Amino acid sequence: MHIEIGEISKQFGTTAALLPVSLAIPSGALVALLGPSGSGKTTLLRILGGLEFPTAGRVLFDGADATNLTVQERRAGFVFQSYALFRHMTVFDNIAYGLNARPRAQRPPRDEMARRVTKLLELIQLPDIGARYPSQLSGGQRQRVALARALAIEPRMLLLDEPFGALDAKVRKELRQGLRDIHDTTGLTTVFVTHDQDEAMELADLVVVMSMGKIEQVGKPADIRARPATPFVREFIGV
Amino acid sequence: MSNTSFTGSPTRFRSATEESAAARLVMIVFAFVGLTILVFAPLVAVFVVALADGVVASLKSLATRDARDAIRLTLTIAAISVPLNAIFGVAAAWFITKFDFRGKAFLITLIDLPFSVSLVVAGLCIVLMFGTNSFVGGWLVANGYPIVFALPGIILATMFVTFPFVARELIPVMIEQGRAEEEAALTLGASGWRVFFTVTLPNIRWALLYGVLLCNARAMGEFGAVAVVSGKIRGQTATMPTTIEMLYQEYLSVAAFSLAAVLAMLALVTLLLKTALEIRHADQLATTRRA
Repeated sequence: MHIEIGEISKQFGTTAALLPVSLAIPSGALVALLGPSGSGKTTLLRILGGLEFPTAGRVLFDGADATNLTVQERRAGFVFQSYALFRHMTVFDNIAYGLNARPRAQRPPRDEMARRVTKLLELIQLPDIGARYPSQLSGGQRQRVALARALAIEPRMLLLDEPFGALDAKVRKELRQGLRDIHDTTGLTTVFVTHDQDEAMELADLVVVMSMGKIEQVGKPADIRARPATPFVREFIGV
Repeated sequence: MSNTSFTGSPTRFRSATEESAAARLVMIVFAFVGLTILVFAPLVAVFVVALADGVVASLKSLATRDARDAIRLTLTIAAISVPLNAIFGVAAAWFITKFDFRGKAFLITLIDLPFSVSLVVAGLCIVLMFGTNSFVGGWLVANGYPIVFALPGIILATMFVTFPFVARELIPVMIEQGRAEEEAALTLGASGWRVFFTVTLPNIRWALLYGVLLCNARAMGEFGAVAVVSGKIRGQTATMPTTIEMLYQEYLSVAAFSLAAVLAMLALVTLLLKTALEIRHADQLATTRRA
């Protein structure tokens, strides 16, 4: 799905989290929103997912105005920073949650639901953990379950907030590749937020460098490295 | 330092936070003596006095019309005010923890008000608001709905007094759990009510249960505000605590303490129920608390 962000701004009380920003995300791209904390990258992601609403500006999904769509209507697969798995449900029930939340007419029958959950567990390469609770999983496993749960609703796009933030270096490397693979298999337009420039440069097709609520530069990792547009970008990516 | 040997066994086995055996013993004895004087002994005394003239006399005093009416009234009050306060408490805690708005600190203070206001004052407020001489109360009485010296007034007073219990239990738990799970459920397509029943409520159920049990114990035992509002009319508005007080003032100590023993047992049953639930669901408790 093609995403068009037009002059979006966000005000929290008297502080401006986002100055008017515009950005076009081509369909099927894997995009990193890169910047230090307070740069507005998470706010922008949450606006795309419908968890925040912009003070001004428009969001278009495939050319259609999506600015006022509710969070449920957007069908964005969202992976939260601390994964936000439902701690009182098994992994299976976590993944099936979005399917169960559908109106009765669109809800798949029980065996179909089980088949889909099993398939997603295979996709994240954890086929045997359906009966476990989130507290019994490692950090990396939790992140992958959160990804499977977001994919279960057959989302129109995938939004990830610092998906590797809470993991140790080795697991982070593995899961980077995991996300790349899942993106390539599903072909979903994917936007992830990170403050780690290595992660953004290595994983993304398109990197959006942000600072103080503004977009500093948008480009392919190689282009940004070769031609940083502003002193901030030069310093932040350390070239 | 040349004669320091590293091959011998260490002399300190305990961790930094552990106390010495003597200190532990002193603390345990201290706690035990304190609990005995403050909790166990009075409780035993209530039962001893209640049974001073034998079980039959005690039961006979409980079988009187006044005693039965008082028990029925107290149970009715709890049955009405506890569920309502559970709903209000959940609503208040939800509102406070899941939304940001102006005046939040003021609302939290307001919830705590019943803890700090003298309950007699609270009762008087209700009398002033809804008494026959007030505008609202006069109109209600004229139309056949008296509040003061009747069941509605007692329930209002009880709800005022017990309001903080549920909300106070829930607010810290809900703050600690944050909003992320609710947000995740929303992005997965769940409606607000579905999020509440499938995510929020299961996560707060133990705190809610605890709050409800405390609220229940307090609702059955409330004296101050209810004494002012109820008028203590025997057979009509006299609750268990007010009846106990009246019996005691009339030197009917067996009757007073028998009723007091029943009230204490209701509280004990409440606590036993809580413990039983905790034991039965210990594994779930563990999974919801960790993570």
